[in-house]
Amino acid sequence: MWILRLNMTDATYRLEELPPAYKNLAGRAMTSTLVSDEVPPLCHPLGPHNKLVFSPGIVTGTAAPTSSRISVGAKSPLTGGLKESNAGSSWGPGLARMRIRALVVEGKPRDKRYLGTCITWDAAQEKPKVEFFDAAEYIGKDLYEVYPKVYEKFGKGISVAGFGMAAEHGYGNAGISFNDLAKRPSRYSGRGGLGSVMASKALKFIVLNTAGAPGVSIADKALFDEGRKKLLEALQTHDITKPKGALNTYGTAVLINILNEAGGLPTRNFSSGRFEGAAKIAGEAIFEGNKQRLGKDVYNHACSPGCTIQCSNTWYNVDGTERTSCVEYESAWALGANCGIDSLDEIATMIQLCNAYGLDTIETGATIGVAMEAGVIPFGDSKGVIRLIEEMGKGSPLGRTLGGGTGFAGKAYGVVRVPAVKGQGMPAYEPRAVKGMGITYATSTMGADHTAGYTIAPEILGVMGKQDPLSTEGKAALSRAFQATTASIDSTGHCLFIAFAILDIASGYQGMIDECNGVLGTKWTADDVYAYGVAVMKKERAFNEAAGIGKEADRIPEFMKIEPLPPHNHVFDIPDSALDSVHGEM
Amino acid sequence: MQITLRVYATLCRYVPGAVAGVPLDIDLPDGATVSDLIEKMEVPAREVKVAFVNGRRQSPDWVLNQGDEAGIFPPVGGG
Repeated sequence: MWILRLNMTDATYRLEELPPAYKNLAGRAMTSTLVSDEVPPLCHPLGPHNKLVFSPGIVTGTAAPTSSRISVGAKSPLTGGLKESNAGSSWGPGLARMRIRALVVEGKPRDKRYLGTCITWDAAQEKPKVEFFDAAEYIGKDLYEVYPKVYEKFGKGISVAGFGMAAEHGYGNAGISFNDLAKRPSRYSGRGGLGSVMASKALKFIVLNTAGAPGVSIADKALFDEGRKKLLEALQTHDITKPKGALNTYGTAVLINILNEAGGLPTRNFSSGRFEGAAKIAGEAIFEGNKQRLGKDVYNHACSPGCTIQCSNTWYNVDGTERTSCVEYESAWALGANCGIDSLDEIATMIQLCNAYGLDTIETGATIGVAMEAGVIPFGDSKGVIRLIEEMGKGSPLGRTLGGGTGFAGKAYGVVRVPAVKGQGMPAYEPRAVKGMGITYATSTMGADHTAGYTIAPEILGVMGKQDPLSTEGKAALSRAFQATTASIDSTGHCLFIAFAILDIASGYQGMIDECNGVLGTKWTADDVYAYGVAVMKKERAFNEAAGIGKEADRIPEFMKIEPLPPHNHVFDIPDSALDSVHGEM
Repeated sequence: MQITLRVYATLCRYVPGAVAGVPLDIDLPDGATVSDLIEKMEVPAREVKVAFVNGRRQSPDWVLNQGDEAGIFPPVGGG
């Protein structure tokens, strides 16, 4: 097992035996630990001292169901703090099967000559081998044009990680793009501008060719297998994750209608919790629209190998050709309800453009909502949105203003209603209508982040109990529990959606623990797994504090404490002391 | 009394002509509960995971009033 270091200052690489202290670290635990240990908290995120770390999770690359996640971490150019953001792709298992537990991109070349790397398994030497190649021909281009060229050059079975023009422009809003199972550049380590960190080191692509690779080593195969079966059973039985269940049928956009009904769907730059066009951009509309256009029921597909949930959709044109894949809840919300847009066709065009340029759709939609507030274009102007996204692709002064993200654009235009925490745009849940989520947005080390502590599960969906979303009681403890548990799940390499099943089905949760113990040879209990997540959060918090992001930044924007949000007309009334208790009592 | 009902996701298949999010006008006797409404619509009670009345989640025994807006969902999740 190795740490592979790519030195971009001189285009060399080094394989290090994984240090014993890191033996049980993987995924987010690994990326946050390495960044915390090796990156000076006050460094410039695009400078030579930042490091970009990729790490597959504990069970990634094994037969564990729905476990093909790759964590990516660095100091974020968007938040200025520690960032982890993960993606589902064959790339993660690829790295794991070559026994690379962490890939660290460090240094910075003096001249901006973009290179790519191809990592293969050297059977004779019994270790990974890295070759650098000139990537100039791929720069300044649409990723949908470029990915096929990379596949042509390196072969059909490869996996590709890279970035688009947004990162080449150095935006705070620039993700790292990974291939899906149809070789599209559609899977993202989206949040926090990690694409720009990769671009700052002039590493355009990391191509993996795993032919001959040995696979993940498993300490106790019987225990792993027992765990895998328990988890699979839970996933296959739970109504949300099962075949032809909610996610497989309607995708994540099935959430549009329920958040709208609850009065928590942020509309027109967080000015209301209900959007009159919600039903037109929801998961049901996608299913029915595809059915009309193709003449049959279309169920969703997997983003990555081994996923049994299969929630990714494709939105089709009237003529039956593909318009985009995929239309996620967050994208449909950000470019839809948040901008006052109710056309799936227009939203699909916007998503395709974001993918072409390598933009995070959440940040893009939240930023454009602020731009609409500022009068740059009117709410509802979908042609205007497309034009703004194209400006972002071009790197014009307007494009750059928007590419800097929600907080940045808010400052540029003197807007007060800026829905961001630590500079990062809020995702698709209104803090005034779902107060536990507001606490997660305010206190997560990641900035305004929904996956970091997804209290929506009990507050709206009835998963893991029932909580009143408008109540303030017990919400700090709820957010803390979700944040710590999530930090653990983010380290296993499982997709976070297993949580819907395993938070309701105890044997599924135990199955996840058994899998990890099986792979690592550890003897973790549920308490140990929770403590593992807590330890990750403490490292992240310490980095942020040293980077100058203290508890004063764990706050919701002022306007949400003043303006009641229709239809329930609540303000965000969680006291600062409760916000401080999330980490204070961790 | 009259209330409006919106039916979502897989629950639409139990209500002929229902489209997700499109309101239906339903007549109910005074004092009817959420569970009476679900029974009237012939939606199997075990399929309804979450019921909203006027944007607030309510349990099956919640008593409905004239003009209430209800919405019913099967188990859903996402991100």
